[in-house]
Order: sequence, then C-alpha cells, then structure tokens
Amino acid sequence: MVSLSDYLILGAVLFAIGVVGVFLNRKNLVVLLMAIELMLLAVNMNFIAFSHFLGSASGQIFVFFILTVAAAESAIGLAILVVLFRNRQTINVDELDELRG
Amino acid sequence: MSFQVAIFYLFAAILLSSAAMVVTIRNPVKAALFLVLAFVTAAGLWILLEAEFLAIVLVLVYVGAVMVLFLFVVMMIDVNLAALREGFVRYLPLGAIVALIMVVEMSVALGPRRFGLARVPAPAPLGSHYDNTRVLGKLLYTVYVYPFELAAVILLVAIIAAIALAMRRRPGTKYQDAGRQVDVTAQARLRIIKMPSEPKA
Repeated sequence: MVSLSDYLILGAVLFAIGVVGVFLNRKNLVVLLMAIELMLLAVNMNFIAFSHFLGSASGQIFVFFILTVAAAESAIGLAILVVLFRNRQTINVDELDELRG
Repeated sequence: MSFQVAIFYLFAAILLSSAAMVVTIRNPVKAALFLVLAFVTAAGLWILLEAEFLAIVLVLVYVGAVMVLFLFVVMMIDVNLAALREGFVRYLPLGAIVALIMVVEMSVALGPRRFGLARVPAPAPLGSHYDNTRVLGKLLYTVYVYPFELAAVILLVAIIAAIALAMRRRPGTKYQDAGRQVDVTAQARLRIIKMPSEPKA
C-alpha cells in the first residue's frame, strides 16, 4: 500500500522544484507564475493526502478554495503581465524598476 | 508490489520529471505544455486518493481554462528569450542547495517513521456506494456555505480586475451607443422639406 509519507514526500519534492523554478527563472515573469502554480499543486497534494488518510472531507474543501484563489491569482497576474508587456515591451523582472524599489 | 503502488510510482515519476521540465526548459510554450502534463498526472494521483471530484475539477478548470489562458498569453507576447535566460547557470547551484535542504528537512519531518503505514494506517476502500461529489456538495452548502460565497466574490473580483486591467480604448474606434440608438426619433432620421419645382428651360 502507498503510505501517507509517500504522498507527503512527493509533495515536498514538487514544492522544492517550484522553489528552484523561482530561483532559476527570476527574470521570466511567465515561468515565475508557472513555478507558483507548481508550489500550489504540491500544497493541494498534501491536503488531499491528509484528507484521504484521516477520513475527513474538509481537506478537499480547502483544496477547492485554494483552486479558486489560484485561478483568480493567475488571471490577474496574467492580465498585469499583458499590460506590462504592452507598455514596456518586456517581461524581464530586472527592468521593472519604475517604482524605484 | 501491488498495482496501486506501481501506479503511484509511475505517476510520481511522470509528475516530478514534467515539473522539472517546466522550470528548466527554454521555450515558455513547451513549459506551459509540460505544466499541463503535470496537472493531468496530479489528477491521476488524486483519483488514487479517492478525490474524484477535485481530480476532474483540476483537469477541467486548470488544464481547460487556466493553462489555456497561460498559452494564450505566452503566445501573444513576443519575448527575447536569450535576455530572460541570463543568470540561469549562476543561480542553479544556490537553487539546488536550497531545494536539497528543503527536501531533506521535509523528508526527516514527514518520513515513514512518523507518517508511515504503521502510524497512519491506510483507510479501507470506500466502495462503489461512496459519492465524492455528493459528500463535498453537502459540506460546501452546509458547513462551508459562507466561505463558498466568499469564493464566488473572489472570482467576481478577479473577472472585474482582469478586464479592467487588460481593456484599452484605442482612439478612433467605432462602437455603438445603445442610449443614442434608442433615443433616436423619426424627425432626426428623415426631414421633409418643401421646395419649388424648377421651371422648364
């Protein structure tokens, strides 16, 4: 049988790949958003694994809400990206310094 | 090794390799397609965990809507890939070290010693009478009805924000003004004037 720790470690490795994605593609805004999606997927995997092994459906409800928020986040993120590209002709994070941050 | 375990390891291998391709591949379109593969494989794993409804939702909503949106945006914007890739090799060691530390830490905390089958036994299979969608629906509309409404509001905010951000009015575009169309009268469209007929030459 597959144990709970197998799923949790799978989620941990998936999350770590997402973190590596943020490190490697720190200039490309699109791939940064994809890395965030990977991390959210890892979190959802943990929620569903706990929900299955503890016999409570509440974990799945949480995944439902996380999916909702993640969809809203990527929609707004991509809209910002499109506006940004329209005004600056680039999605390089390093060149986005108009706020002097 | 049972069939379930074999399926788990197969799907886990596909999921992790496609996730690794997402963050390392050069072309963002291919990265988006590998992310689709990762989501579909994760849906397979969720079915293994008896969460059928969420697995289907992941495929329908994520692969069907969000990833199509990603693909649209990636194909619409024309980026200089070479400039975006610089620093890739420079940050690789740091990223690899951070990821390795995270994986080792979490494996220690979440390993089989604490979350193995001996400590958290696998639940009995739920059988064909179990309806995952019905269970989730009952919970959503009773215990979690208030958060559910809030989620709907969040989606509405996302719709309005995305449209407000991405819509632009170009100068000189022609569009219909429904108010003026309704307001128009016969007098404004057709004017009858009297004029004397011209005499014959």
